[in-house]
Order: sequence, then structure tokens, then C-alpha cells
Amino acid sequence: MLSTVLQQIVFYFFAASLVFSAAMVVLSRNPVTSALFLVYSFFNSAILWMLLNAEFLSLVLIFVYVGAVMTLFLFVVMMLNIDIETLRKGFVRYLPFGLVAVALVVGLMITAIWPANFGALPNPQAAADYSNTGALGALLYTHYVYAFELAAMLLLVAIVAAISLSQHGKPQRKTQNISKQIDVDPKDRVHLVNMLSEKKQ
Amino acid sequence: MNPDILRNLSLAIILLPLVGSLIAGFFGKQIGRRGAHWVTIIPVGVSFFLSVYLCKLVVLDNMTFNGAIYTWATSGVFSFDVGFMIDRLSALMMMVVTFVSFLVHIYTVGYMEGDSGYQRFFSYISLFTFAMLMLVSANNFLQLYFGWEGVGLVSYLLIGFWYKKESANQGSLKAFLVNRVGDFGFILGIAAVLTYFGTVDYSSVFNQAPALAAANTMVHIMPGVNWSAITVICLLLFIGAMGKSAQMPLHVWLPESMEGPTPISALIHAATMVTAGVYMVSRMSPLFELSATALSFVLIIGSTTALFTGILALVQNDIKRVVAYSTLSQLGYMIAALGASAYSAGMFHLFTHACFKALLFLAAGSVIIGMHHEQDMRKMGNLWKYMPITYITFLVGALALCAIPPFSGFYSKDTIIDAIHVATIPGAKYAYICVLLGSFVTALYTFRAFFMTFHTKERMDDHIRKSIHESKAVVLIPLIILAIPSILIGLLFAGPMLFDQNSLLGDTVFVAPQYDTLGQIAHDFHGAWAMAIHSVVTLPFWLAVSGIIAAWVCYIAVPGLPAWAARRFALLHRIMVNKYGFDEFNNWFFVRGGRKLATWLFQVGDVKILDDFMVNGSGRVIAWLSATTRKLQSGYLYHYALAMVLGVLIFLGWYLIR
Amino acid sequence: MPLSAYLIVSSILFGIAVAGMVINRKNLILLLMCIELMLLAVNTNFIAFSHFLGNLQGQIFVFFILTVAAAEAAIGLAILMVFFRNKHTISVQEMNSLKG
Repeated sequence: MLSTVLQQIVFYFFAASLVFSAAMVVLSRNPVTSALFLVYSFFNSAILWMLLNAEFLSLVLIFVYVGAVMTLFLFVVMMLNIDIETLRKGFVRYLPFGLVAVALVVGLMITAIWPANFGALPNPQAAADYSNTGALGALLYTHYVYAFELAAMLLLVAIVAAISLSQHGKPQRKTQNISKQIDVDPKDRVHLVNMLSEKKQ
Repeated sequence: MNPDILRNLSLAIILLPLVGSLIAGFFGKQIGRRGAHWVTIIPVGVSFFLSVYLCKLVVLDNMTFNGAIYTWATSGVFSFDVGFMIDRLSALMMMVVTFVSFLVHIYTVGYMEGDSGYQRFFSYISLFTFAMLMLVSANNFLQLYFGWEGVGLVSYLLIGFWYKKESANQGSLKAFLVNRVGDFGFILGIAAVLTYFGTVDYSSVFNQAPALAAANTMVHIMPGVNWSAITVICLLLFIGAMGKSAQMPLHVWLPESMEGPTPISALIHAATMVTAGVYMVSRMSPLFELSATALSFVLIIGSTTALFTGILALVQNDIKRVVAYSTLSQLGYMIAALGASAYSAGMFHLFTHACFKALLFLAAGSVIIGMHHEQDMRKMGNLWKYMPITYITFLVGALALCAIPPFSGFYSKDTIIDAIHVATIPGAKYAYICVLLGSFVTALYTFRAFFMTFHTKERMDDHIRKSIHESKAVVLIPLIILAIPSILIGLLFAGPMLFDQNSLLGDTVFVAPQYDTLGQIAHDFHGAWAMAIHSVVTLPFWLAVSGIIAAWVCYIAVPGLPAWAARRFALLHRIMVNKYGFDEFNNWFFVRGGRKLATWLFQVGDVKILDDFMVNGSGRVIAWLSATTRKLQSGYLYHYALAMVLGVLIFLGWYLIR
Repeated sequence: MPLSAYLIVSSILFGIAVAGMVINRKNLILLLMCIELMLLAVNTNFIAFSHFLGNLQGQIFVFFILTVAAAEAAIGLAILMVFFRNKHTISVQEMNSLKG
């Protein structure tokens, strides 16, 4: 258990780091940089989640998101030959408007959830032998078992969809063309030749 | 005797003319001209004799029949039957209808000789007889309406019989359209009956009527105006009668209907169809007796028609039109009698009028044949020399029409005048003055026509004069047959029909005790001859005689007098020639106004509102709406993101301000 | 740390993601990344509430959101690949051939 001061230090450091990396995702000129900053922001929020006693999910975030999804992103970004310059046209033009609108929203949100307006809840302390993974698992395999199975199904569908979408061009396979088979005329297959029988020598 | 005999008899009477009509109509070419008149005259003749027998059974043996023959339709709790109500009223009426129809059929053989539409004509008049019998024998309002419309249709077809004549077509259209106004009131009346009584059957309606009147049910006409339901029903039904029986102001079609062949004028527009309204009101006497307002209305309309259409006959020069206006006037008398609750007198006048007016029409037709289809009286004169039988029969009809005792018209008309005299309902004084003056006017115009046609100088062309001859027997026989009842039925039936305790109509007409005008006169009645002799000291008689004398003075003694009067009272003369301007008013208000309204509705309602505003407008609104909203559907993610941001902004702002 | 601190961080994160969508209006990959950032902010909210209210269902929710987001990223990238192969660009503004 970290002391309160240490917790505050960790929170503020990683929260600031999270905001910075998120801003860099949006602002950086190169998509590869953006993707890497996104990975970094995932790390940061995983730390924050850790502070909230959600150890399982924070680890899942790193394994699944950083390990799988972000890798996929990076592959795609690097594989595609993207013309970044044309894509960034108009970037500055919309910047002030976007920033003002977003600043307004964020400002309002912060006002709304400021402790004085929102009310403060006590920060509960977990028991010493508390296992986040165990508790989550117990809930997931009993109460949410159908949803869990559906999620598995969804992932399977996503795999099939992704593969079939990205299949490149004409498949290099030997396949039957059934309509052609049915349509065929025997005359095209066998050519009967009438020959005079030869005399026995 | 088997009670079914009445049902079977009436079925035969009603269906025989229909059969004849269908054969003559659909197989006219095959059966030829002779075939056509035999195939219609025989069924109608058989019908007539059967209805005489039916009358005997009903009147002398006191049999009645009231029942359904066939269920036409049922809708929910309502059931519409085809049924007959054979009682004294309808049996007598059936006899009159078949009698006049039979004679007109025979007369037509002579009158329509050589006309190309011979078979068609016979088919029509037989069909008319069928429809009229359906009307008369009905035991419910719907069948009454069927007959009502049926006779209207045949009337339209027959007025426009000579369809190549422009005026005939216009006359038929006018008759149809004006009748539509009345029929609209009539069907509203039937609907009101159905609403308040839940049935269209006569007997159940009559049984429930006193309860409805006692309950004093009100109909909400418009804000602040509530009328008694029974009055509303009676007035609506009477509007139908006003259309069919040509009462002011719906009388304008009857003079135009004279464009049809003369037998039609006699059959439809004098003897039978136009009296349908009189018959209907008598039938509905249990309803009308419950509403003093309706009775007053009937009385005033009737007496007004009686006087003012009679005056118009004074300036007509077409012999048929004079008779037509006199028909209007006599119908007014009948209606006025109904208004004074003298139903028996009204019906009696209907019967006598059917005889003498048919006689007058047929005699006029005979004159017209003799004059080679010339109808203008100014080109006739001194015809008594050439057509003695026509002359005598016309004189009989004219005397009957003028109510000179002891001709039939005297008994019915004098009784009507007396009944109105003793009536006490509102408007009776006015009505009495109208009908009294009317009897003078009647005599004046009748004998004006009589003198102009049969006496005075011969004003026709020379080559017509040479060929004037008395009509053939087939024309004259109906005249003679009609002349006999025109003289006699008053003498014979005045007592039984009007005053006896158990009168011919019996209990088929209902008279409330406080309105029993005939009952009051009955005390002074001491036999038909006594009544005729007594009349010499009464006012109507002297008025009629002075009318005849005035006609003699004006047209024989001092021939220049009418022309001088026309110049002296030019304005009055103009008003009369223009028939009080009813036609002009209708033309200006309904025709031109209707066209203006229709044009306005077309230009504003149809073109602007419907086409432009609603049809194209809804298209334009959709186009505008979709063109506007499709801008929201830009397809760009950042637009949606921005919209989301704005939404969050608004939501948060609301959350914080609250 | 109070609940509000986590919520404020996640709202800032969310705001940055929205701003990224508005200003990077052409680059499809960046849009996908912004969506990932948004989901991260939402997940953080869920976990914070779950912790402070002592209710594990919030974390279950995050678990499923992660699953769906992974599937979404995979399919989104696959579509992106196909799109790039056909149009040789990943500009969002070129995605208008279905627009009337």
C-alpha cells in the first residue's frame, strides 16, 4: 500500500503524462509518432487504473491493447504509403475553432464535476487479501457468463470479418465453377472421329 | 274469403303494367306498332278491372292488407321491405290511377299515330303506371320513395320525349332539377323518420308518432333554434310534396312540362303524378295532425299557389299552358284542403280533378290534333262548328273546373272552401280569401280559353281551316268516358266520400278532434242535390258565375277590353307575363350564381388551394424539408463530432444553470 | 485521491480526443486513434466510479468495452486497408461516393 502522499505524486505525474501524450497523439505530424504516443498514453492510464485497484484490467489494457491492437495500428500505418502532407492540409485552419469548442466543453465538464459541485465520496481501502482478478472472475463466470460467451463470439466474427475484408485480390486457388460444369455440352468434351476400318494386313 | 287474395290481386295490378312496359320497351321492333299498343293496353285494362274488384273488396267487404312481400335489405337493426298497404285510401287511389292510365293508353293510339317513337311511348306510360302504383301501394317510406323517384324519372323521360326539340329537352331538365330540390327535402324527411322512429314502416311509425309528439322531442336546427321533431319531419316530407305537386315556389317546372305529348300532360301532369304529394300528405295524416305548424305551412303554401298561379293562367295564350296553370291552381286547392285537415275533401278533389282535368287535357289535345299541332289560342276560334263533341266535352270539363253545380268539381271545391272557412289554425283567414278569389279567377281563365278556342272569330290560316275535322273515335271515346264521371261522381260520392260517418276513406286518414273541419260542415249537409241548390246563395258560386260573365264580357261582348287593360296596367301585365319573375330569379340566383360560385371554387378552391397549395405545396414542403435536412447528413465524421460537442455543451449548460 | 480528480483527467482526455477529431478531419487513422482515446477516457470513468462506489459491475463493463473496441479496431483497420487499396488515400473527404 502506498502512502497517500506517494499516491498523490504518482497520480499527478502520470495524469500529466497522460494528458501530454494524448495531446501529442492529436498534434504530432507523423502517424507513426501518433501511434507511439497512443501506446504511451495507454501505459499511463494503466498506471492510473492500478491506483484504483483495477489490477486485472490495467494489465489487460497493456497486454491486449498495447500488445495486439496498437501493434496492428503500427503495422497498418507503416505498411500503407500515406501521403501525410495532403492529409494535414487544413489542420491549422480548424484548430482555433476546435480548441475553443473543446475548451468550452472541458471547462464546463470540470466545473460540473468539481468536488464542490459534485460532492466527495470516501476513498475505500481494499482488504489485504483482496484479489481483483478473483472477484472479477467470480462475477464474469456466473452472472455474466452469457455476455462473456457472446463477447467470444463477437471476437470470432471480427476475425472472420477482418480476414475476409483484407483478402487481397483474386484468390490463388483452384475452385469449381459449378454453373460452367452443368452448362457443358458433351460435344465440346468428346470429339468422335469417323474412320474407315483398316484392312487386316 | 282467403285474405291472401288482396295481396295477390295487388301484386297482379302492379306487375301487369311493368310486364307490358318491358315487352313494349325491349321488343318494340319485333312486336311492331300494333303489338306495342296491344301489349300495354291489355295489361293496364286488366289492372283497371282488377283494381275495381279490389276496391269493391276493400270498401264494401272491409278487407285490408298490410304486410311485407319481400325483404329488400337489412342493415343492422333496420330492415327494408317491399310491402303493400292495401286499404281504402290506396285502393281508391289505385283505381283512379289505373282508370286514367287506361283511358290515356287508348287515347294515345290516336294521338301518337305516325310518331316514330310509338313503342317507346307506350313502354314509358306503362312504366309510369307501374311506378305510380308502387308509390300508392307502399307500406313503408322507402318503397314510397322508390315510386316517387320512379314517376319522376318517367316524367323526365316523357317531357323530353321529343328529344330533338330543344325546348323539350330544357323542360325535362328543368322538371328533373326542380324535383331534385323537393326530393332532397323528402329524403331528408325519410332519414329523420328513420332517426326518430327507427323504422320506415308506416304503421309502426304512426303508432309511435303520438308518443314522440308528447315527448316534445326537439331538433337542434342551428344555434338558438330548436324545432319539434315532428314538425321538422312533416315540413321535410312536405317539401318533397311541394316539388312533386308543383307548389310555389317549386311550381316552375310544371308549365315547362307541357312540352311533352298531350297524353302525358293528362296522365302525369294533371291526373296522377302531381297528385302524389296530395296522396302522400293524406297518407301521413297521423303525422301532420300532430303539428299545427306544419298544417299552417301546408295551408298557406296551398292557398297561395291556388290564387297566384291561377292569375298567371289569364295571360297565357298556349291552350295547354292555360290548362297547366289551372292544374297548378287546383293542386293548390288540394294542398290547402290538407292544411285545413279536410283530407277527404282534398282526396275527393284529387279524384274529381283527375277526371275533369284529364278530360280538359285530352280535349285540348283533340283540338291540337284538329289544328295540326297548333297550340296558340290566338290562332283558333269558332271551333265548335268543326268539332262538336270536343266542344261539348271541353265545356263539361270547364264547368266542372269552375265548380258550377252539380258538376263534380263543385262538390269537392266547395267543400274545400267551406272547410278552410271554418278552420281555425293560423293562416286560415288568409287562405280563405285566397281560395275565394281563386274561384273567380278560375272561372275567368277557364272560360277565356273556352271562348277564345271555340267561339269568337276564326283566326286560323285558310289551308288549316279547310282541313279542320273532328278527331277519330279512338280519341273521342276517352273524352266521352271521362266526361261522364266529370258530371256524375260529385253527385254520387259527395255524401259517402265527405260527410258520412263511415266515409269511403274510413279510418285511413286520421283527423285530430280539434281540427275536424269536415265534421263541422257535415251538420249542414242534407244530400248532394240539396247542397247544389243551396249553393246558389253562397259566395263561391256567385264569384264563379261572375268570372264566367267577366270572360264573356272581355272576349265576346267587348273584345278590346283585355288589350286596353294590358296597356292600362302595363306593369301588372308585365309581372304576370313574366310569371312573377320566378324563372328570372332562379336563372339569376341559382343558375348564374351557381356558375359564379363554381368558377370561384374552381379558381380558388381547386386550382389554388387543392392543386397549388395542397398537392404541389406538400411536394414543395417535402423538397424544401429534405434539402434542408440533407445538409445535416453531410457524412463527415467531424461534423457529427462537432454536433456531439455542441449537444454536450447544451446539456451541460442546462445541468449547471439548473 | 478524490473521485473528481479521475473524472477531471478523463474529461480532459475526452476533450482532447474530440478536438483531435475536429482538427484532423482528413486522416482516417488518426480518427480511429481518437476513438481509442475516447474509449480510454470512458473506461477510466467506469473504473473510477466502480472503485468509489464499491461495485464491480463497472469493471465488467470495461472488460466488455475492451473486447468490443478490439474487434472494432480490427475491422476498422481492415476497412481502412481496403479503402486505401481502392482509392490510394485515407482521406475522409474522399469517402463520398455514396452521397447523392
